[in-house]
Amino acid sequence: MYRYDEFDRTLVKERVAQFRGQVARRVAGELTEDEFRPLRLMNGLYLQLHAYMLRVAVPYGTLSSRQMRMLAHIARTYDKGYGHFTTRQNIQYNWPRLGEVPDILDDLASVEMHAIQTSGNCIRNVTSDQYAGAIAEEIEDPRPWAELIRQWSTFHPEFSYLPRKFKIAVTGSPHDRAAVKVHDIGLDLVKSEAGEIGFRVHVGGGQGRTPMIAMTIREFLPKAELLAYLEAVMRTYNRLGRRDNLFKARIKILVHETGQEKFRAMVDEEYALMQGESPIEVPPEEVARIVAYFAPPAFERLPDADPATDRLAAEDRDFAAWLRRNVKAHRAPGYAIVDISLKPIGGVPGDATADQMDLVADLAETLSFDELRVTHEQNLVLPHVRKRDLPELWRRLKAAGLATPNMGLASDIIACPGLDYCNLANARSIPIAQKLSERLADQALQEDLGELKIKISGCINACGHHHVGHIGILGVDRKGTEYYQISLGGSADENTSLGEILGPSFTEDDAVEVVDKILGLYRELRENGESFLQCYRRVGARPFKERIYGAH
Amino acid sequence: MAKAELPQALTANRLGDGEVVYRTPAGAWSARFAEAAVFGTKADAEKALADAEADVAARRVVAVYLFDVVPGPNGPSPRETREVIRAKGPTVRLDLGKQAGNSAEHGARAS
Repeated sequence: MYRYDEFDRTLVKERVAQFRGQVARRVAGELTEDEFRPLRLMNGLYLQLHAYMLRVAVPYGTLSSRQMRMLAHIARTYDKGYGHFTTRQNIQYNWPRLGEVPDILDDLASVEMHAIQTSGNCIRNVTSDQYAGAIAEEIEDPRPWAELIRQWSTFHPEFSYLPRKFKIAVTGSPHDRAAVKVHDIGLDLVKSEAGEIGFRVHVGGGQGRTPMIAMTIREFLPKAELLAYLEAVMRTYNRLGRRDNLFKARIKILVHETGQEKFRAMVDEEYALMQGESPIEVPPEEVARIVAYFAPPAFERLPDADPATDRLAAEDRDFAAWLRRNVKAHRAPGYAIVDISLKPIGGVPGDATADQMDLVADLAETLSFDELRVTHEQNLVLPHVRKRDLPELWRRLKAAGLATPNMGLASDIIACPGLDYCNLANARSIPIAQKLSERLADQALQEDLGELKIKISGCINACGHHHVGHIGILGVDRKGTEYYQISLGGSADENTSLGEILGPSFTEDDAVEVVDKILGLYRELRENGESFLQCYRRVGARPFKERIYGAH
Repeated sequence: MAKAELPQALTANRLGDGEVVYRTPAGAWSARFAEAAVFGTKADAEKALADAEADVAARRVVAVYLFDVVPGPNGPSPRETREVIRAKGPTVRLDLGKQAGNSAEHGARAS
């Protein structure tokens, strides 16, 4: 894992001291709320429905056990004993007190963490594939590049006041787990025909009010040119992005209104201009320094199969289900990637108690080379576990309610905090996730339904990624009552698609029934083991519309 | 269609901890909706809102606004779900927020 150098450490410490001063001036009346609001937002501090909310960055979703223990400590000491992992691979605390936030930031700084640029019109936390460095199919570990982007974008003076917020995702695998095409910039590590590794660059994706799939503006960008090229994209956006209209200010609007070819030409022109100035060149030794932090851990040479694990799988159905759903193939023989479900049946998606965080930290330290990950689907991952440790790991996770064998299944639902917490929400998201999870809880049913991504947002800002859910649910307010609009056919993987709205919205209880009916129809219509998404793509929306609205 | 005018109450968040508070008839702030003043006329509501600016200036509260309440047999209640949730706490965690009373409070550092 990356470790802070002197610059990082000083930067973060100075920022905490600065914010402590700003809070003191606010409390003393030297700053009005209008003056203070942008300052607190720059440090990830929002005012939500019930209290302040602090959003802490987890760079590219990677944490050490020491960092996770600190997150637990903060939950226990300053908050109400839990935290919420988000679709941006971050963690949010829902009840901090203003006066204690500088102390929280000090504690975070002691483990090389912060809340900088988790809000505001700047480049936000860079996200990545949660299986980076562990999955066999990977072309190259994306995290060193995510870290390089983090360093470049942190306090970048030119990009601190962009037209709107800006999100970058990087993946190193052909199968996209980082939803790169619904980011402002999405980067895939790809291999050229000559065998060289570089980036495919997608720009102008996003969800929110106006969902759009990113356009590919560069098929192959040599690694050495990454930051210079990104800078050219950012400059083009910074100059031309619609600052006059909040709803049109994201880069997606600029890219799609300009058109792929023209936007590409504009970036190329900017890039050429920059070559004449002083292009940013990252010295190869600096790249090598960062890459070295992400060197694979010292894996033991192990036989790939572990007999005791296989025996338990044959004897215990629960363990077998967990292996099937929550354990993925690792690149090193004898090792596995373990998903930790934060989606217990009927639970709050993404919430973890301080005790659960401490347990996961212990497990990471003793069984996974001290590493763990946060996923954008609001789960956790132990990336490097010996197969022979799986039975023990499973027992300990199970005892803590962290072994629900539902990864990628119907009850592995993304839900934003919604109107239970969020100031922007129009409707609640969590209760409908809970009802669906309970309705679809049966393991045999879930496995029969197969891969299914249900994603729920409580407002049009789409933090719950409903546009790219196989089944997307959007909460809307109709004359003070919560209604839910259902869309079908979205996907955030390498074949990204935006869901199509099924029709008029439903009450919460009806929406649960409707999802049940949709899944019933899928089981009738599917052919040859088609997944829900494959089936929907073949048959289209019509049979689903007829089934749902025909009877109304 | 003209909407019938509903009575209103005045709410804000406390500066120090963000706690939801309500303007009382005495012009103070209470964390309990039951103690909120209910303004029967637009003029009274707007006057209370203007008066509350002094408490914003005095750093007691932030984000002051009026919201509709509906009279009922057990006293008024907020009209919108959003305000019902602010008055009680998250509907998915009945152990948190105002609905939990004082039992589920902050961690070790809290007084």
